[in-house]
Amino acid sequence: MMRERSQSKYALEIRDLAVEYRTIEWTARALNGLDLSIEKGKTLGLVGETGAGKTTAGLSIMGLIPNPPGRIASGSILLEGEELLTKTEREYRKIRGKKVSMIFQDPMSSLNPVLTIEDQLTEVIETHEHLSNRECRKKAEQMLELVGIPADRITEYPHQFSGGMKQRVVIAIALACTPALLIADEPTTALDVTIQAQVLETMKNLKNMYSMSMLMITHDLGIVADVCDSVSVIYAGRVVEHGSLEDVFDHTRHPYTIGLFNSLPNMKDRTMKLKPIKGLMPDPGNLPRGCTFAERCDYAQGMCREVYPEKIYRNKEHYVRCHLYLSKTIESEMWNR
Amino acid sequence: MNTNTLIEVRDLTKYFKTKKGMLHAVDHVSFSIGKGKTLGVVGESGCGKSTTGRAIIRLIEPDSGEVWFDGVDLLSLNQEEIRKKRTELQMIFQDPFSSLNPRKTISETIEEPMRLHNLVPDKKERQLKVARLMDTVGLARRLYNTYPHELDGGRRQRIGIARALSMNPKFVVCDEPVSALDVSIQAQILNLMKEVQEQLGLTYLFITHDLSVVYHFSDDIAVMYLGQIIEKAPSDELFARPMHPYTRALLLAIPVPSIHDRKERVIMKGELSSPINPGQVCRFASRCAYVFDRCTREAPLLQAKDNNHEVACFLYKGE
Repeated sequence: MMRERSQSKYALEIRDLAVEYRTIEWTARALNGLDLSIEKGKTLGLVGETGAGKTTAGLSIMGLIPNPPGRIASGSILLEGEELLTKTEREYRKIRGKKVSMIFQDPMSSLNPVLTIEDQLTEVIETHEHLSNRECRKKAEQMLELVGIPADRITEYPHQFSGGMKQRVVIAIALACTPALLIADEPTTALDVTIQAQVLETMKNLKNMYSMSMLMITHDLGIVADVCDSVSVIYAGRVVEHGSLEDVFDHTRHPYTIGLFNSLPNMKDRTMKLKPIKGLMPDPGNLPRGCTFAERCDYAQGMCREVYPEKIYRNKEHYVRCHLYLSKTIESEMWNR
Repeated sequence: MNTNTLIEVRDLTKYFKTKKGMLHAVDHVSFSIGKGKTLGVVGESGCGKSTTGRAIIRLIEPDSGEVWFDGVDLLSLNQEEIRKKRTELQMIFQDPFSSLNPRKTISETIEEPMRLHNLVPDKKERQLKVARLMDTVGLARRLYNTYPHELDGGRRQRIGIARALSMNPKFVVCDEPVSALDVSIQAQILNLMKEVQEQLGLTYLFITHDLSVVYHFSDDIAVMYLGQIIEKAPSDELFARPMHPYTRALLLAIPVPSIHDRKERVIMKGELSSPINPGQVCRFASRCAYVFDRCTREAPLLQAKDNNHEVACFLYKGE
């Protein structure tokens, strides 16, 4: 078992994951067969818009889908080759914070306002490591220094820190037990650009220092270009395009990904008109038949409204789920932006 | 005042009293905007950009300064006069979720200002105008009687725009109008705002923290730091030749969605210092890589350079 785990090439492998939120009236299908894999030591960017299922994917890995109304309907999540979905809550507690940690978007609400930073940092260390109080405190101080906060501020409360510093504290807590995988859910969205640059830099350095793997959940393609090795574009609960940075940024194939790029203001020519994607994402409680993007797609054909497209590979890693490439050769550069 | 200038702000100042002292939210801010043009105001949270926007149309009462609009100083008007004037001065807010009354239908929300200002006294006519406004901003007429909670963020922001347009304004303050929206929706709303600007000859003050959006949208850009404008220039000029060390660091901090021509990142140290009693110094000095003794002795003033470029920094001489 041990040997098999260490031999696995992937830190994380999600196969065909389906998650739904059920109420009496309706069922929202947040994830509909999500495939995701992160090679050890690499950073994968999971990009998509509000409601695409990005956060649900992160919470599924953490075993934090609120049940009810949430339910993992099918699929598998392998963390370093080990199946997570069969774990009991008791077993999961040994995994969270130790093998996989998650950073949330809003640092203001992810810290406990009535506990000092020391309390919150030592809690995770005490839970997972058998250390004396003094050793715990020492480790907590080291973690703070690592994320760029003076250790003597450890006795302060969250409200005494700025937004950027709070997010650093959250990062320190997440990394205290050197997890194999860090899930960062829009970690810098609530921060100003200059502070965002500082926090991203810290995360990159720590990731390399601990040779961790990272899942970077974001809506910002700029951040992806900055910190990730590969990208998965998620739409209505499924990955519609996946590849290395170069594949997705320079050989974009899926009409949705192309649309995302075209929606961004051009930084070289400010008079260039924005080309938004028309319409809205489908309601997860009422997903259309066939390709979920068809309604907004300029290239949609009859087949797109009938059958959900299978993966079509452009190279060993880069794939798209789009019927366009059944008739067009996927190598053709005519689809380039 | 230049005949093409619609609004001219001179030495606008707003301090807030706090326990620790005076908070300099807006400190002697001056600028003018030409008819039909857009001035973008960028800066980080707490730099005073929203307070500036609100103080101009007196949603917050400024302490001192002048705001010349159409030959009148808005700050000299009494409550009744400014209320009447507000038909020409409108605002679009950041959060389309909290800027709409949840108990009013879309049509009621759009109609309300016209009713309050008695702009279109006839009810039938007013309703027709609401329907036309809905067409203008791309809201389907079937949504006439729906409530805000039934709609997504993009559509709600369209309501906010329709409501502002219902007054036939000349000047619109847009306070982060797209920052709560997804990129694909953001592009739809930005295009819509550009279209109505061209159709109706609107003048915008566009407040945002997003540098790529402000570049795309504005004719001129003013960069604010702790209550002051530290640099101002036409958009292309500012992006091609940023002068102030803060502006340069800000531009370098934008994550670029491309894997080519990556910039060498210079990461700015520190965070915004306190806006309470900042004193007569350069407010950026504590984070600046080029700081020298003069910066901590006196405050730099905005100085005009070539190409309509103005900057407040001692690094640039020729005063």
